[in-house]
Amino acid sequence: MENLVQEAIQNVNLQAIMPSLVLCVFGMAILMVSVFSKRGSTTHIAWLSIAALVVTGFVTLIGWNNPQAGFAGSVLLDNFATFFSMICIIAAGLTILMSDDYLRREGYPVSEYYPLILFTTAGAMWMASGTDLMTIFLGLEVLSVSLYVLAGFFRNQTRSNEAGLKYFFLGAFSTGFLLYGVALLYGVTGTTKVDGIAAYLMANPEAAMNTMFIAGGSLLLVGFLFKVAAAPFHMWTPDVYQGAPTPITAFMSAGPKAAAFAALMRVTIIGLDGLQSELTSLFWILAVLTMTIGNFIALTQKDLKRMLAYSSISHAGYVMVGLVAWNEIGLSAILFYMLVYTFMNMGAFAVLVLIGKKGEDNLTLDGVAGLGYKKPILGIVLSIFLFSLMGLPPTAGFTAKFYIFAGAIEAGYIWLAVLGVLNSAVSLYYYLRVMVQMYFKDPEEDFAWVSINGPVTISIVVSAVGVLYLGIFPHTLMSLAKLAGF
Amino acid sequence: MLDIYLPILVVMGIAFAFAIGSVILSRLIGVKKPSAVKLAPYECGMPLIGTAQERFSVKFYIIAMLFILFDIEAVFLYPWAVMFKRLGIFGFVEMGVFIIILLVGFIYVWKKGALEWE
Amino acid sequence: MYSNLWLIPFFPLIGSIINGLFGKKIKNEAVIGGIATGLMFLSFLVAAQNFFKLLGDKEKVHELVIASWMSVGNFQLNWELLLDPLSAVMIMVVTGVGTLIHLYSIGYMHGDESFYRFFSYLNLFAFAMLMLVLGGNALVMFIGWEGVGLCSYLLIGYYYEKKSASTAANKAFIVNRVGDFGFLCGLFVLFWALAEKGVWTLNFVEIAESGHLLESGGLLITVVTLCFFLGATGKSAQIPLFTWLPDAMEGPTPVSALIHAATMVTAGVYMIGRMNGLFAMAPATMMTIAIVGGLTAFFAATIGLAQNDIKRVLAYSTVSQLGYMFLAMGVGAFSAGIFHLMTHAFFKACLFLGSGSVIHGLHHAYHHAHLHDDPQDMRNMGGIRKKMPITFITFLVSTIAISGIPFFSGFFSKDEILWWSFGSTRGHCLLWVLGAAAAGMTAFYMFRLVFMTFFGEQKTDARAKDHIPESPFTITIPLMVLGFLALIGGYIGVPKILGGANRFHAFLAPVFEHAQHANEIHAHGSHATEYTLMAISVAIAIIGIFTAWVMYVKNPELPGKFVARFAGAHRVIFNKWYIDELYDFVFVNPCKKIGTFLWRGVDVKIVDGVVNGCAWVVKGIGSGLRYTQSGYLYNYAMIMVVGVVLIVGFFVF
Repeated sequence: MENLVQEAIQNVNLQAIMPSLVLCVFGMAILMVSVFSKRGSTTHIAWLSIAALVVTGFVTLIGWNNPQAGFAGSVLLDNFATFFSMICIIAAGLTILMSDDYLRREGYPVSEYYPLILFTTAGAMWMASGTDLMTIFLGLEVLSVSLYVLAGFFRNQTRSNEAGLKYFFLGAFSTGFLLYGVALLYGVTGTTKVDGIAAYLMANPEAAMNTMFIAGGSLLLVGFLFKVAAAPFHMWTPDVYQGAPTPITAFMSAGPKAAAFAALMRVTIIGLDGLQSELTSLFWILAVLTMTIGNFIALTQKDLKRMLAYSSISHAGYVMVGLVAWNEIGLSAILFYMLVYTFMNMGAFAVLVLIGKKGEDNLTLDGVAGLGYKKPILGIVLSIFLFSLMGLPPTAGFTAKFYIFAGAIEAGYIWLAVLGVLNSAVSLYYYLRVMVQMYFKDPEEDFAWVSINGPVTISIVVSAVGVLYLGIFPHTLMSLAKLAGF
Repeated sequence: MLDIYLPILVVMGIAFAFAIGSVILSRLIGVKKPSAVKLAPYECGMPLIGTAQERFSVKFYIIAMLFILFDIEAVFLYPWAVMFKRLGIFGFVEMGVFIIILLVGFIYVWKKGALEWE
Repeated sequence: MYSNLWLIPFFPLIGSIINGLFGKKIKNEAVIGGIATGLMFLSFLVAAQNFFKLLGDKEKVHELVIASWMSVGNFQLNWELLLDPLSAVMIMVVTGVGTLIHLYSIGYMHGDESFYRFFSYLNLFAFAMLMLVLGGNALVMFIGWEGVGLCSYLLIGYYYEKKSASTAANKAFIVNRVGDFGFLCGLFVLFWALAEKGVWTLNFVEIAESGHLLESGGLLITVVTLCFFLGATGKSAQIPLFTWLPDAMEGPTPVSALIHAATMVTAGVYMIGRMNGLFAMAPATMMTIAIVGGLTAFFAATIGLAQNDIKRVLAYSTVSQLGYMFLAMGVGAFSAGIFHLMTHAFFKACLFLGSGSVIHGLHHAYHHAHLHDDPQDMRNMGGIRKKMPITFITFLVSTIAISGIPFFSGFFSKDEILWWSFGSTRGHCLLWVLGAAAAGMTAFYMFRLVFMTFFGEQKTDARAKDHIPESPFTITIPLMVLGFLALIGGYIGVPKILGGANRFHAFLAPVFEHAQHANEIHAHGSHATEYTLMAISVAIAIIGIFTAWVMYVKNPELPGKFVARFAGAHRVIFNKWYIDELYDFVFVNPCKKIGTFLWRGVDVKIVDGVVNGCAWVVKGIGSGLRYTQSGYLYNYAMIMVVGVVLIVGFFVF
């Protein structure tokens, strides 16, 4: 008993959780600042949160090439975790930048919003660095609970309430699956550690045929697949994305999704390595299903947020192609893709935040008519993001898809790559429709309310620069992503 | 391997059977002579003012939730207190952090006015 | 050595960004136009410097790596530019003609509401086109390829408030997507095929070097080249994807001149030239190209015979001339095709700009007289040569050039193509017949256009006809320069048989040496045959011109001839309008019916049908799937449970 306690104490390595620790402390401090601030003033909270993220970013970067394990191997802050943590931090930063004016416009200048984003990010970072199913679960819950609140943040709006409630119910449902999966896996293997499961599978290859093990594994996957919005667990996405406050929608599609992919990758690539052949064929089907469903339903959407929600489903499908490839290029391409997706999708959402009116009823296809020449700069920037989402060169969306499909081809999944490219072709249609509206329709409005000022512009510029830079010079980041892979 | 769980299954079966069986049995063999007084929720005491399915003020729920939250704090303090000597200074700091986190929550709740009835 | 190559596309890009971002604030047309044209001219200067440097250089192929783009395994992709004789010719044409058309646009677009937008698009186009021709690997080229498509779309739909313009823009875009799909397929298959052989590359030089790894004449190479050719037919408006080009005339006239005559539409020809080594290895593809090219040249010419819209005639003429270029490529006369590409850029740009000048003048006159007649309808023209002497002369020179009259630029290039289509090992006398017939018709309809527009009585409304001005100097200067080039541009490629050295051919030879290695392309037949064919084609052209003259100039004075010629038609012979229709009926209709069939039947029914059908099916699937999104929580949860069951089931079984 004495030894156990001593061992546990010695196993604590605060270095391994330092980034999320810093973020949580900041989050709580900012929460305290907010309750002692005047009601309705949130700008300083927003900037404090940005400062917190910057500090956390630096702390996180210390972990690059300096892997830290802690808490008896339940946390591992390696390059992989660092990379994903940075994606989440960038996503959170961009979200906060586009939120301040937005909250004021929508009449909810409530400062809890920012600490909640910070807590979500901390949860996401736990997920990325967790090597024990329980740690991952803990991160997932911290992330989810904060997100439930954020999705339903506009208490007096039916749509936002609906989003929060739906997300909560279905999220709780999926978490139930996940936890049940963990329990079953523990029952078979006697451990919840990811490498422990791998070791068990190595020692007992026949476990791959064990119904209980398989059921546990697949239930575990379901929990993550829900979070990344892969079909057929994508049903919540459109409703939640449409109803949630726009910056939160943007955030959900980037940060938490990246974290869920991180956890999914760690669990499958490390933990369930022995099931590779079965898993790749499952992911093959799910990837095709996900991208096809996302793209095809997006074709019929008129609401831009909803359209981007379906588009985000289809992008999850593309990312899963990298998982199918299961090789160095494919897996590092996932890291690359998630960062690129963060930039391009959040950039597109930031433009929507900027052009929306109170209530955002104008964020439809008709609502952007004439934007291209009433606000030429915004038009060009949005076009860049759309081009990137389509996957056209020279934007980052192209390079990201290129790496993903290159990985699939190298692994011999030619047909998957072909289906992916065909899907991209389908997606051209609905992205281009937005551009057609922007450039070839008479404006119903003059967009006089749009002022290209304020912090949201920073997030647009950062995203646009990111999209173009990573499109033209993707090499550096890709080599970093390779270092971050397993 | 699953056989070891068999007794549990048996116990569960018996429990179910007993619970359901006694309800059914009392219904079948019980004598029923209802009267207005017997059907009233309380045979003695205040007469009814309305139905039992009344809407409660949300404040009750908030208080109830806050009670549970901070109650957990106390629950965690017990095992810590039992192990206090073995955990030593590490355990003390750890519990301090835990309490500070709850304190932050408490201050938040307080400042937000959740503890005030009005 | 050629390290400033990147400046060539860079200058127009800068211009596009400046005008796009700040044009609205600048407002001053002279400044906006000056920036765009000036940067284009700088680009031209750099291009010319590199061109002449290359001319004197022994080493003809130069690659400039700007930055590393992507690397996957042993596959390295760079941002790289390639300067060789082929791209050198192309950059000269693009920047040279581009500069002139930019200058022209200053005058032509004067007073337009969004002047800056036009120049921003135009510069962006020049950037994309230069990336296309300078791209050192297929992916950089593809960026340019998509970029020019996008700019073409934006510029066709420039007058977006006009329904027809946005429809035309969409049509162009959709048809081009079909072609781009082919291009991409070709690229993927080629990449994969070479990767199978252990060569991971998209670099043109490396592709050319390792092309021999693929089986010559094999299925693989045929599929690859056919896919590329499909891409080329989309971009260069060949059968069956040619129909977008005439509609594309909805764009402003300088756009038609630059994009839809001189540069972008020739991208397909350029691409085949760029990959000539691969194409030469696929005889079936080459034959397809030659036949498609010949047929396009012929049928587009027949359609051009009966159009009354001045720009539409030129549009069909462009399709027809592009058909010539493909014919040349198909029979292995790569340098002849590129030669024709260049001369065509000169005279067709000049023709379009001239027609733009006429339209501009008429528009001005109608505006002055408060009329709303169609300024593009040739039936409202006539006798304009006195009003617009410079426009007329340059237009006439270019018309003679396109008709293939000796010693004008078009003669040399067209005749070389015709000779190759007859005498090359890949040629066939039927191909020659198609080409020669198209040449005759070209001469006819081009002169019909000249006669209807510039000669005869003025049929413009009386209230307007005295107010037709000659265009301002920003319009006439480009006309004169292009007219001059149309006159002398052919002399760099005078064939040996006429005592020339065909320096153009010699200059391009290093580019096409792989094609020569893979196939023996040599012309058979004697000098006598060559002379005879040349004489016949000239005679055909002259007959065409003469017929046009008889019908459109001579006719009012000599009705009896026509009575004798078309018995029973004397009732209508006095009426020039009627003669047109008679002529249509007796002479053109059989051909035109085919043309109409191609246009109405193939294009409208089949192509549009397929396009719309695909869209319909895709949309149908979309709305079908949408019903699964009921909005009810329990449905969502149910689907999740089904998913879980399926996944567990997937593993268990």
